[in-house]
Amino acid sequence: MNQNREMLAIKNLHACINEKEILKGIELTIRPGEIHAIMGPNGSGKSTLANILAGREYCQVTQGSIMFENQNVLTMAPEERAQRGIFLAFQYPVEIPGVNNAYFLKAALNAQRQSLHEAELDAVDFLELAKIKLKELHMDESILQRSVNEGFSGGEKKKNEILQLVMLNPKLAILDETDSGLDIDALKIVAAGINAWKKADRSVLMVTHYQRLLDYITPDYIHVLIQGKIVKTGGKNLALELEQKGYGNLDSLQLTAMHEQRQ
Amino acid sequence: MTSSLKKNSANQYTDEKYRYGFTTSIESEQAPPGLNEEIIHWISEKKNEPTFMLNWRLKCYHAWKKMREPRWSSVHYPPIQYEEIIYYSSAQKQAPKSLDEVDPEILKTFEKLGIPLHEREALAGVAIDAVFDSVSVGTTFKEKLSKLGIIFCSFSEAVQQHPELIQTYLGSVVPYNDNFFAALNSAVFSDGSFCYIPKHTRCPMELSTYFRINAAKTGQFERTLIIADEGSYVSYLEGCTAPMRDENQLHAAVVELVALDRAEIRYSTVQNWYPGDAQGKGGVYNFVTKRGACRGYRSKISWTQVETGSAITWKYPSCILQGDESVGEFYSVAVANHFQQADTGTKMIHLGKNTTSTIISKGISAGQGQNTYRGLVRIQKKAAQARNYTQCDSLLMGSHCSAQTLPSIEVKNPTAKAEHEASTSKISEDQIFYCRQRGLSTEDAVNLIVNGFCKEVFKKLPMEFAVEAQKLLAVTLEGSVG
Ligand SMILES: Nc1ncnc2c1ncn2[C@@H]1O[C@H](COP(=O)(O)OP(=O)(O)OP(=O)(O)O)[C@@H](O)[C@H]1O
Ligand SMILES: [Mg+2]
Repeated sequence: MNQNREMLAIKNLHACINEKEILKGIELTIRPGEIHAIMGPNGSGKSTLANILAGREYCQVTQGSIMFENQNVLTMAPEERAQRGIFLAFQYPVEIPGVNNAYFLKAALNAQRQSLHEAELDAVDFLELAKIKLKELHMDESILQRSVNEGFSGGEKKKNEILQLVMLNPKLAILDETDSGLDIDALKIVAAGINAWKKADRSVLMVTHYQRLLDYITPDYIHVLIQGKIVKTGGKNLALELEQKGYGNLDSLQLTAMHEQRQ
Repeated sequence: MTSSLKKNSANQYTDEKYRYGFTTSIESEQAPPGLNEEIIHWISEKKNEPTFMLNWRLKCYHAWKKMREPRWSSVHYPPIQYEEIIYYSSAQKQAPKSLDEVDPEILKTFEKLGIPLHEREALAGVAIDAVFDSVSVGTTFKEKLSKLGIIFCSFSEAVQQHPELIQTYLGSVVPYNDNFFAALNSAVFSDGSFCYIPKHTRCPMELSTYFRINAAKTGQFERTLIIADEGSYVSYLEGCTAPMRDENQLHAAVVELVALDRAEIRYSTVQNWYPGDAQGKGGVYNFVTKRGACRGYRSKISWTQVETGSAITWKYPSCILQGDESVGEFYSVAVANHFQQADTGTKMIHLGKNTTSTIISKGISAGQGQNTYRGLVRIQKKAAQARNYTQCDSLLMGSHCSAQTLPSIEVKNPTAKAEHEASTSKISEDQIFYCRQRGLSTEDAVNLIVNGFCKEVFKKLPMEFAVEAQKLLAVTLEGSVG
């Protein structure tokens, strides 16, 4: 396989939280431009995988490797990963009281630009850019003046994540249940925003429980994660199948077999 | 403590020796350690004060003699040896001749704060020469003020030039026997600032001790008196925005504010005295009495403080709301890092009708720091419809620090209302990680979160001061997390 065509390569990834093994040998390759979805029951390790990619410290990698654009991700600080273009839209976005949303976004954007040796955006340029993006996402400008996620509704928080995504323009967007908490109109808008952002070389890894997001953002691959392993990988129709039959009928023997086959 | 103090305190004084020490000290313009009536006489004489001042000082001294150091606060420190302190020294300390002679630690902090070079020299106590054009700055600024009838001068100068004002107002807000430290200050204070804003005058600039201190270094017992006459307005900045590494340990200052009908005083402080080192050695004990009297109808006094320095902070800027519809405010950020102890808060005493007060206190504890909010809201019988709103928030960084909130509310009028809200939070890993995931370093993340926490207070500060306060906070808390 042409190494250069891999954006993200996860090999035999094992990880623990408090000595308990949560991920048990993940294999996943994402090429530029691809959209991957990860589905799986609660507690199977989806968010853990997302957090490890972003560099969360309480998840300890015990085996395996993660390469992003042929660089070892595991030795990078979270901010470096972010600056290199890995973006995580959080399942539970964090509130930062008293910190102006615009100020936060600008600081983030300029931290990234600085790392790329680009000139910092001044307040005027920043605001201009932010207003365009807000419009695309059908969001009110007033959100800029509120404190980061403080007192936001569930849906507003998710939208704010997407605002950050389109502003920061990463290479790989990891969306952890961005669809949950969004009403159907908001879901359409958010999906449209992501589709508009996603160019040929941008990739997406999205964690979801529902088909409905996949109706708007069409995945190239769907992976099923159960108990820390990817037990099945398929095309966009796999989700429909899962929605009908649930995860239950992927019994454990079948799982192991399938897993070994893949390897 | 100064070297001469060390030398002297090694000796045991008999009365005779004491007198002997006294005479030799006069030659060097420095009183021997300890406090007695003679020294009070001597201070007053040195300052060429009118008799009313001497008598007042003596009265304060006798009151102080009978008082005991307060022990009700949460701060702990070894006993202060009052008999070892030198209460008057007119000889300037040996000022460093250039920045090369200044402690490099201090210079590093200046750099981080972005203080211009000439200001760094002044702040470090470098003897002012032609490089720092303070003389002309001082003069233009004084002329402008005097045209408006505004008096802004050193306390000593005010005693000479405006004795009638001093006699009327000195000790009228903080009585001479108010508390141990205030009584001590009243007896021995060396200098300070005086300010009078005439009727219906809006002071056109922020008045700052900074300019004044450059002209005459004030001592560890300083005294400030600000009088805002009817319908006037003044914003006063007190600050040492850089660490002055003072050898002396005890600072006991007194600030009195008087606001007459419809007058408004905004008093902002950024305090960054030497906090001691990371092991808790050294540092300033800051025992300060600050109080404002809203005497007039619709008068307003607003205290804003950012307390990042000192090993011990013991400070309760308060408002006495005498005038009907008068307003008192207290906005505070207090930091306790390493082994710092902060016991600070306010008192709002509602006497007049429809008086309102607002208290916003933000305490930050890091390292082994210990932060206490202590507040009193007292609404007296006649204060119909009085209102108070209090909000006390504590932020903990790490697990070895502590914060406590001790509000006391006494409401004696049934139509009055007092509201109190309190919260304690930690800078969470989640918040820091969230910021880092967006590309910010841990340090930037902490600063961002802390500034967010302090925002309600910072926005009350004059612009430049707010910027400095933010930077100062960043420097103070550097390395506290992560
Ligand atoms: N901070 C943590 N401390 C301890 N255990 C954790 C922590 N985070 C996750 N876990 C555990 O790791 C396992 C995987 O959790 P994870 O959040 O990755 O699941 P998920 O697949 O995202 O589930 P969901 O669909 O409910 O979001 C669970 O058993 C969870 O309890
Ligand atoms: Mg999850």
